[in-house]
Amino acid sequence: MTDMVTLAHGAGGKQTSELIKKVFRAHFENQYFTADDASVLPAPKGKMAMTTDGFIVSPAFFPGGNIGKLSICGTVNDLSCMGARPLYMTCAFVIEEGFPLDNLEKIAAAMERTADEVGVKLVAGDTKVAGKGQCDGVFITTTGVGEILPGVETSGALAKPGDAVLVTGDIGRHGCTILLQRDEYGIDADVTSDCAPLWNPVHALLEAVPDVHVIRDATRGGVGTVLYEIAEESGVGVQLMADQVPVDPAVQGVTGMLGLEPMYLACEGRLVVIVPGEEADKALEVLRGQKYTEGATKIGKITDRQPGRVLMTTSIGAETILPQPGNELLPRIC
Amino acid sequence: MDGLEKAKKILAEYDGPSFRIMEVCGTHTHEIFRQGVRKMLPEQIQMISGPGCPVCVTPVGFIDEAVYLALEKGCTVCTFGDLVRVPGTELSLQLARGKGAKVKVVYSPPDAEAYAKEHPEEQVVFLSVGFETTTPSSCIAVRNAVRDDLTNFSLLTANKTMPAAYDAMKDSTDLFLYPGHVHAISGTKACEDLVKEGVSGVCAGFTGKELLTALAIAAVEFPKGKPFFRNAYPRVVRPEGSPAAQAMVADMMEPEDAEWRGIGVLPASGMRLREEYADYDARKKYDIPAIQGHGNPACRCGTVLKGEITPRQCPLFRKACTPEHPVGACMVSSEGACSAWYLYNNKED
Repeated sequence: MTDMVTLAHGAGGKQTSELIKKVFRAHFENQYFTADDASVLPAPKGKMAMTTDGFIVSPAFFPGGNIGKLSICGTVNDLSCMGARPLYMTCAFVIEEGFPLDNLEKIAAAMERTADEVGVKLVAGDTKVAGKGQCDGVFITTTGVGEILPGVETSGALAKPGDAVLVTGDIGRHGCTILLQRDEYGIDADVTSDCAPLWNPVHALLEAVPDVHVIRDATRGGVGTVLYEIAEESGVGVQLMADQVPVDPAVQGVTGMLGLEPMYLACEGRLVVIVPGEEADKALEVLRGQKYTEGATKIGKITDRQPGRVLMTTSIGAETILPQPGNELLPRIC
Repeated sequence: MDGLEKAKKILAEYDGPSFRIMEVCGTHTHEIFRQGVRKMLPEQIQMISGPGCPVCVTPVGFIDEAVYLALEKGCTVCTFGDLVRVPGTELSLQLARGKGAKVKVVYSPPDAEAYAKEHPEEQVVFLSVGFETTTPSSCIAVRNAVRDDLTNFSLLTANKTMPAAYDAMKDSTDLFLYPGHVHAISGTKACEDLVKEGVSGVCAGFTGKELLTALAIAAVEFPKGKPFFRNAYPRVVRPEGSPAAQAMVADMMEPEDAEWRGIGVLPASGMRLREEYADYDARKKYDIPAIQGHGNPACRCGTVLKGEITPRQCPLFRKACTPEHPVGACMVSSEGACSAWYLYNNKED
């Protein structure tokens, strides 16, 4: 095998088989991973959730992860937000001719590790090779199927006045990490992406507090955009305490310099969770006991004032509005 | 009681005469809205957003010059991001991009110089806007270009100095809220001199607490009826400022009369490169013809900048003019008064 991906790897012949065997099968092997045209799977017991997501992040490797880990986290987290245990995933790769096989191997290894953490099985895949310059490095699309836990119903439309608004950790790290990696700004700061698969903490949360109203992962557009979506879909107001929103000091420093609002920077391992007010303490206790959500904290509440808007009590105690999400800013962060 | 609580108490209990206080710094404008500072003030104290955002006061003709360099001379234009969407007479730099202009957003003037060094085949022009705080870094970029023997780097200058603006605006307000960053460089002499003319002010930092503290000082001092200056940001602002930065700028640049959007030409309020650095002055290097820019006649940015109307009183505000489709510079820049009013507009206001 050569040390980089060639057009022959995508031609469907011997080299394709070799690539699948040495890279993908080596990492994704399980009883359902198939060489047939489609994999045959046992049906989930309850209601199903299904989602798909494309990943084109640049650069493909960044502190805290790579595009492979991200492609599993993104889909796992989308399923988790619906209260669905991730069962099966498929992945489709578009690889640029000349992409180093070493890197492809690292990406597949990260996918394996991340999938194993939550017990999701990669059951089918596809590999295409695009000519040099026709794509940038590697693009991955993942699709996932999950089984919704019995009795759980989450939706962006279910937030109610009196509910508590939680985030599961400090915000804006992924967006900030990618920004710094692009090296266009001449800023050095020690920031690591928060990219993480969140099914385990979500599972623990739903076991303890089945009546969770909303779970959303704060990816593109960040926590601010998610809160505006929920305010709109549920027809409620959101009241935040600016001082309670956790932001890493390095992220704060970078965004301060660049004039960005951390509330609108992407996360890849943070959830906005909305629970009945009286369940907030219990939910926080459970989340804080789980890996990846140790930093869970309450940042505000749902109100019936100014439906569709997100208000903020600032550090000086004044009430202001969180500006609406703008036409930002960073392409290719996920 | 800590400083913040004390400041809040002074402001809440203020029973003195009414006064207007003008912030002359875009960063102040932005933070005042972001922190909700105006909502903490008694009704006697009115805040006015003055002409302190460098993008907002840059005249239309400057954008036209930049578009000319990009399209007619084929230069690569390096600029702070805020300027890209500011409308010129016919085109913004963003629209010029669609016609083939090469426009690159940078975060500091030395980044533009570094880009020129890496791309010797391109003629790179940096759009040098800004006040006392950013002018030194434009000088550093030129100094780097001299060091690197570059013949493909120059500045299109629209740098400005604050004292002329204070002078032009002093009849529109009772007090100034002086920008801490500017006076960290230039020192506080200009503010002290204004006291002799009967003009009062407080120099402020940028956090919510620093802003409220400065305003509380204003509320304590104003009723005494005597002109005053107080430095409420002594941690950063020293009376002498930064002599090193001042010396570098004085060595490389000289004052010139400059046009401020909405205000007009203020004598000796701009900075241009001295004759020794003519090779790095884009106007001389490219022999740019005199360009008279024309803004949208309905745009009231000028009167907003003078504090004569609030953005809401402009007929274009929220209708023809939004952050997505800005007509005037005050809506483009995130530090502009119109943009702040738009973003932080609260239905219960």
